[in-house]
Amino acid sequence: MDPKDSKVNQAPEKLIVTSSPHVHDTESVTKIMWIVNLTLLPAAIFSVINFGLPALITMLICIIGSVAFEAAIQYWRKVEITVKDGSAVLTGLLLAMCLPANIPWYIPLVGAFAAIAIAKHTMGGLGHNIFNPAHIGRAFVMASYPVAMTTWAVSRIGSKGDFSGAMGSISSLDMVTAATPLGILKQQGYQALVDSFGSQAAMYKALLIGNRGGSLGETSAVLLILGGLVLIAKKYIKWQVPVVMIGTVGLLTWILGGKEGLFTGDPILHMISGGLIIGAFFMATDMVTTPITTKGQIIFAVGCGVITTFIRLYGGYPEGVCYSILLMNALTPLIDRFVYPKKFGSLPEPATRR
Amino acid sequence: MLKIKKGGVHPHDEKKSTEGKNIENLPVPSKLFIPLRQHIGEPAVPVVQAGDEVKKGQMIAESPDGRGTPVHSSTSGKVTEIGNYMHPVYGLSPCIVIESDGQDEWQDNLLTERNYENINVPELIDIIFKNGIVGMGGAAFPTHIKLSPPKDKNIDTLIVNGAECEPYLTSDYRMMIEFPDEIIKGTLIVMKILNVNKCYLGIEHNKPEAIRLMTEKCKGTPIQVAELETRYPQGAEKMMIKVITEREVPSGKLPMDVGCVVQNVGTLKAVADAVEKNIPLIERVVTVAGNTVKDPKNLMVRLGSTFKDMFEYCGGFSGKNGKIIMGGPMMGMAQVSLDSIAIKATSGIVAIAEGDVDYQPEKACIRCGRCVEACTMGLRPNVLSILSEKGQHQTAQTDYDLMDCVECGCCYYVCPSRRNIVHYIRQSKAKNAMLRAASKTGSK
Repeated sequence: MDPKDSKVNQAPEKLIVTSSPHVHDTESVTKIMWIVNLTLLPAAIFSVINFGLPALITMLICIIGSVAFEAAIQYWRKVEITVKDGSAVLTGLLLAMCLPANIPWYIPLVGAFAAIAIAKHTMGGLGHNIFNPAHIGRAFVMASYPVAMTTWAVSRIGSKGDFSGAMGSISSLDMVTAATPLGILKQQGYQALVDSFGSQAAMYKALLIGNRGGSLGETSAVLLILGGLVLIAKKYIKWQVPVVMIGTVGLLTWILGGKEGLFTGDPILHMISGGLIIGAFFMATDMVTTPITTKGQIIFAVGCGVITTFIRLYGGYPEGVCYSILLMNALTPLIDRFVYPKKFGSLPEPATRR
Repeated sequence: MLKIKKGGVHPHDEKKSTEGKNIENLPVPSKLFIPLRQHIGEPAVPVVQAGDEVKKGQMIAESPDGRGTPVHSSTSGKVTEIGNYMHPVYGLSPCIVIESDGQDEWQDNLLTERNYENINVPELIDIIFKNGIVGMGGAAFPTHIKLSPPKDKNIDTLIVNGAECEPYLTSDYRMMIEFPDEIIKGTLIVMKILNVNKCYLGIEHNKPEAIRLMTEKCKGTPIQVAELETRYPQGAEKMMIKVITEREVPSGKLPMDVGCVVQNVGTLKAVADAVEKNIPLIERVVTVAGNTVKDPKNLMVRLGSTFKDMFEYCGGFSGKNGKIIMGGPMMGMAQVSLDSIAIKATSGIVAIAEGDVDYQPEKACIRCGRCVEACTMGLRPNVLSILSEKGQHQTAQTDYDLMDCVECGCCYYVCPSRRNIVHYIRQSKAKNAMLRAASKTGSK
């Protein structure tokens, strides 16, 4: 080497110079989003088997709508179009899981618009939204089309989900084809609900497997838990969040849920019915809208559980998971402000030196 | 086995390519470029001029105020110029250029056998200073300063750092395998200087051979081998102290404030050579590795050799390089050219193929919290990066403990949005330093 060269810094090949570190693990936002999508797939497929073609159509409208709105907004804002990262697909899928199967086609579209355009992109896009987009979408259409949103399709598999006895008394809603277990519980009481399934054991079984009425993602608890376990194993979500949220609901409904007095409620019914499973595993664990520390997330989960129980037992709606998570989303910045890790070096020196 | 309680990451260690090979001597290059600044502190002042004949081990630059270290000639030959050449950290910097005469002749009065037990402490410290010894783990802090803590600091523990938690690097490991006696000797010397009787040698458990050998060799000495879980950044001073002694260096303080001094194994070997054989620091072990290097090796390198010399000795490259890093890939510095020079802090040089450079555009933070979990210092890297992005550098310092960041890089390593959090933090630190400097001159 002629040392004269180095003075003018003529590198023989151009090297990339960046700040350290120079290595990275294999995780990326795109990978996380698609894996969450995949873990939802079994439950999504089950809902199509359960409710038939309308479920598939609802799902497709939600997903295609979400992706299209995201692409359109990003094109209009002249920023990079990031629909390939799977986050819009996930929002669409989660939104679909919160809707009844046989809903008019324009409602999922309105929901997707509320989720993507209002909840996500008015805040600045992925990572900046305060509220869970899918739940904003659901809350938006719930407020706009309350009748259509509570018109539940009949499960096609198994006679256990056919609530023929319960149907007549909710006749104020014209288009009712079936009721959700929580709806029956709210309007007719626990006994009527058990009767509609035949026995308590049959009720639990139907709730777990999912051959009963409800929104797409409310029905198959087992498949949702399976997907959730994959996310826990991949370390994308913390096991504490679903456990604490579902546990809080179980505990409070056991204490407060019974008609005969304290500690006479049916915690199992409340824990495996409604949107609690999907909410606890897939919504309350959303990275963007929940606290950043594990401790904060546990506080968040307790809050969700408490609000869900109170809406279910004392509120106007039979189900409260969606609103509980949205309310706690609003508290997330506050939780993050006060709950953070202990700084290294803030410990006093131990009295005895090792 | 001892382990980090919170945070850290475990990158693939990539040590297989070099860990089984003996250290080889890099032939003395025909021209050596010896930088005047090979340590933290003021650059050394040259005491030779162009045209002077120098011998191997001769002091060619001194540190008049004792806050830096002197620099020695790595071989015998002729000083051709003092000019600016490519320093791996500071860019073009003054270097003494020596043209080797091929004789590699030692200066007289070096290589005298001595026994440290007959030398008193101030003299030992003076020997360490005069032989130009600095911390060889990468920070290059002058060792004589580290070994002269203020009188009011009650030092009771010496920790020897053989963790080598950076991927690729195996130079400390090879040194423990090939020079265990020198390392133990150096440790005993430093223990005498600090007047401590407790000493731990921390080695990560992906180096079972070193643990076995050092445990065997340390029998009968006060040195205790501590087996550590393999986890980055365990080789960082503060982590090492915490893991081994359970003491936490308070924010803004130094290891000596909790009674500890940490020394790298390479530094201790250099101390032993200086004290017992009167050899100044003119060479060090450098790991030459990376996926484009044809024959990765550990080399005993004369300070002032260029990276090009080292890569050429290792068979050159098998493909196009994307990055050349001095140090490990977690904290090392990407180099501008192969003309960079091996200095006292060069523990390794790593070449990464163009196709393997992990560069992806960064996205917005999705608040996944992985960086908060990975941060061993208990900070909130996500917030620090966003504050820096928004230009709120002062808030980062006053409310989010910016200055406690040790820049280990765990936060970037785990970030799924590929945010270069460490870079943001460095920017904030630099901006705040500029502000402080400006306010000082303004008030005068």
